[in-house]
Amino acid sequence: LCPGCEFLFPQASMMFAQCSPRCASSVLLLMLLCCMLPPPALGSKSSEDIRCKCICPPYRNISGHIYNKNVSQKDWPFTSSTALLWPCSSTFHLLCWGCLCLGLLHCFFPLQDARSLATAPTPSGARANTVLERVEGAQQRWKRQVQEQRKTVFDRHKMLS
Amino acid sequence: MDQKSYRRESFQSSTSDEDMLEIAGASLDFSMAEDDPPLDREMGGFSSYNGGEMNGTSTMMDFLEEPLPGVGTYEDFNTIDWVREKSRDRDRHREITSRSKESTWALIHSVSDAFSGWLLMLLIGLLAGSLAGLIDISAHWMTDLKEGVCLAGFWFNHEHCCWKSNTTFTDRDKCPEWKSWSQLILGHGEGAFAYILNYFMYVVWALLFSLLAVLLVKGFAPYACGSGIPEIKTILSGFIIRGYLGKWTLIIKTITLVLAVSSGLSLGKEGPLVHVACCCGNILCHLFTKYRKNEAKRREVLSAAAAAGVSVAFGAPIGGVLFSLEEVSYYFPLKTLWRSFFAALVAAFTLRSINPFGNSRLVLFYVEFHMPWHLLELVPFILLGIFGGLWGAFFIRSNISWCRRRKTTKLGKYPVLEVFVVTSITAVLAFPNEYTRMSTSELISELFNDCGILDSSKLCEYVNDFNSTKGDDLPDRAAGPGVYTAMWQLALALIMKVFITIFTFGMKVPSGLFIPSMAVGAIAGRLLGVAMEQLAYYHHDWAIFSGWCSQGADCITPGLYAMVGAAACLGGVTRMTVSLVVIMFELTGGLEYIVPLMAAAMTSKWVADAIGREGIYDAHIRLNGYPFLEAKEEFSHKTLAMDVMRPRRNDPPLTVITQDSMTVEDVESIISETTYSGYPVVVSRESQRLVGFVLRRDLIISIENARKKQDGIVSTSVIYFTDHSPPLPPSSPSMLKLRSILDLSPFTVTDQTPMEIVVDIFRKLGLRQCLVTHNGKLLGIITKKDVLKHIAQLANQDPDSILFN
Repeated sequence: LCPGCEFLFPQASMMFAQCSPRCASSVLLLMLLCCMLPPPALGSKSSEDIRCKCICPPYRNISGHIYNKNVSQKDWPFTSSTALLWPCSSTFHLLCWGCLCLGLLHCFFPLQDARSLATAPTPSGARANTVLERVEGAQQRWKRQVQEQRKTVFDRHKMLS
Repeated sequence: MDQKSYRRESFQSSTSDEDMLEIAGASLDFSMAEDDPPLDREMGGFSSYNGGEMNGTSTMMDFLEEPLPGVGTYEDFNTIDWVREKSRDRDRHREITSRSKESTWALIHSVSDAFSGWLLMLLIGLLAGSLAGLIDISAHWMTDLKEGVCLAGFWFNHEHCCWKSNTTFTDRDKCPEWKSWSQLILGHGEGAFAYILNYFMYVVWALLFSLLAVLLVKGFAPYACGSGIPEIKTILSGFIIRGYLGKWTLIIKTITLVLAVSSGLSLGKEGPLVHVACCCGNILCHLFTKYRKNEAKRREVLSAAAAAGVSVAFGAPIGGVLFSLEEVSYYFPLKTLWRSFFAALVAAFTLRSINPFGNSRLVLFYVEFHMPWHLLELVPFILLGIFGGLWGAFFIRSNISWCRRRKTTKLGKYPVLEVFVVTSITAVLAFPNEYTRMSTSELISELFNDCGILDSSKLCEYVNDFNSTKGDDLPDRAAGPGVYTAMWQLALALIMKVFITIFTFGMKVPSGLFIPSMAVGAIAGRLLGVAMEQLAYYHHDWAIFSGWCSQGADCITPGLYAMVGAAACLGGVTRMTVSLVVIMFELTGGLEYIVPLMAAAMTSKWVADAIGREGIYDAHIRLNGYPFLEAKEEFSHKTLAMDVMRPRRNDPPLTVITQDSMTVEDVESIISETTYSGYPVVVSRESQRLVGFVLRRDLIISIENARKKQDGIVSTSVIYFTDHSPPLPPSSPSMLKLRSILDLSPFTVTDQTPMEIVVDIFRKLGLRQCLVTHNGKLLGIITKKDVLKHIAQLANQDPDSILFN
């Protein structure tokens, strides 16, 4: 599976860093291709970046703030000590008692490999006739089967009612 | 000669019956069985694959006989012969083990044969996990599509779109990249017209998804509708439904499940995920000869696949195995337990690495808090259990009566219109209320959530008093106006979900029941929890609260009440026991809440059992008339085998075949005049002493094959089932030996055997039929269908509702 799509992080307590990395691709097809293809070369690991978002609530006269920062992967994952020191600026926020820090992982997947995989070699034309006939036969059989199933379920209500 | 003695109704107009009648010349159409071609071109090899030879000594002649293709396979809508399948597997295994000592190649073959089961489990886990991940991601995206679209890329769902936005703290809930439909079309999101436009687009998308789903189901795979669990239970008990676990059903079920869930209907995806996982299991079985050819071994694999299905649905591998053991499987040997666990684990890990929700969780709702609970809270928990039981019984009764109406009246003639109407009603009623507009999984997630300091949802709008806060541990607080609004909105949502699910479950789209029941329970639980919390806050000086719930303490967690309510309702509807508690505790990740969960589950099961006897899946099995023999049967009257057997007292005697005195013509006329699926073979008509039992399908195949391929077989040829041919004058035509298809060890009971023992034998051994003897002579036959009809009659149900053979 594509290493950019998965990230195990330590279960820091909710107080400090409830960090939930997320693969930047909710693309269905691309996601599937990404996770089915062999992992990209290790050199591309440097292109992975983590975007961290820290929500710090207001306290007395200190207003709330949201901090965004892109962090390279070598600084991730945070231990509890480093999480305290980053990224909140004011002294109160430094203590981070209510600071919710969330992380996001960008996923760079090899689109060019996906495209090259899409062009598969076509079968030779010499056996096309029998292949065609077989396909025709299979299609006929399948149509009959679907008709039978439709009769059973929709018309006669013998199953799945 | 022809006696219409006992009638075993076979499936009325199935193609298999019609094929039976075209015996002369025409060949049986084996290609109908798409997912399980019985015609296997590879013959020879192990002659112990010989279909009918059971426990008999094989002579040299039998070894040279190769099994005919089609012998030993089953027709659609028939029950398998468990004993035959198991003994075939034992023979095969014995053969491989004995040969493994001969050469290295044979040794490698035997090792790979043993290993193939584990490899198959691994593949099933991988495939089931990947499909579940695909379904989760697509459903998440398409659900959000009803409300708006992301400008940064239309393929992002709401949460992911808003992730990237840079906002200030006060505006953190606003999200400029996500545009609702009115914002996209009109340019602004405020005002009555924008609201109406959003409403309209929501309904249009919902209708589009659901109509597409039902049209795909109707057009490509009609077996893909419904939950799937009742049919899988029946298949695992030995029934054959060809095409139900095939590749087209798998593809269509996956696609239409995503569409149905995204359309906002009140259904879940857990039941259909079990069906999807079993389809994967069935399809992958074809890669391994050991499982492809043997129906009993295949059902072991299907049990494991069902466990993997529940495991990915809930992220609960142990719960999945227990669910498979408790609810779905029929025979569950210990070996299957270990393998199912392996498949469930592999599936869960695959899903985890796909990470569909981006937080390394497998389900959208999970519980992270570990607040303690007090013993006095068991009272509201038991109340929730009672509510769950009552709701479960009410739901089962109303859903079954609605499904019966769909089955018998004109309502069933318009499936597409039915889906259209139900979806439009659901969408129109769901949009105004924020809690029904969101997807049901999100609703459950929000209800399970314990309010923290940063939660800004309406449900967490408590009156905050920062002076008394210490750390993140929030005390019980007074409810703000937001909470009161949320309460009545949730109450309306509860009423709507209770009633709309009755009409949704069982429609011709894939529909599951777990999530809607959990939603109903979670809403009820949260309402009770907030009520308890406010009671404790305002009356902390009462005797019941003063001991443990002082002012400023955090004693009541409404999220826990929601969880217990969800478990109670789910238990009331499905009557799950151990598997329910284990699934819920795997969702929470801790043992703190086992006692409340068990209290609620037990109470709800007892209350529901007191009102109605069976769970929803057993009720659907009975509604459809599947031949499923339940484990526990008690009869109010004492009946004997001779009261149930056929032929009855006034019927003509049994149709039998003699062992060496009937001709091909006689046998063919018996086959064409009767519709029984098998015939007993006796020594002679006068003695009626039993020799064995022969199946109709095997007879037809063998006779047809003999007429075509063997020399000299004509209509007057004598058929013999003995070892040596009977003495006949030399002028008679050559004789046909059919000993190889004869079952020499049919099960018999005497006519005085009580029916409880007969039912026990049927269930424990998985029999299809059982012969009845008196003083050693054959008297009659009891089939599984006779047993089921007898049970139905004793329970005062309609015995003609048992439809299948």
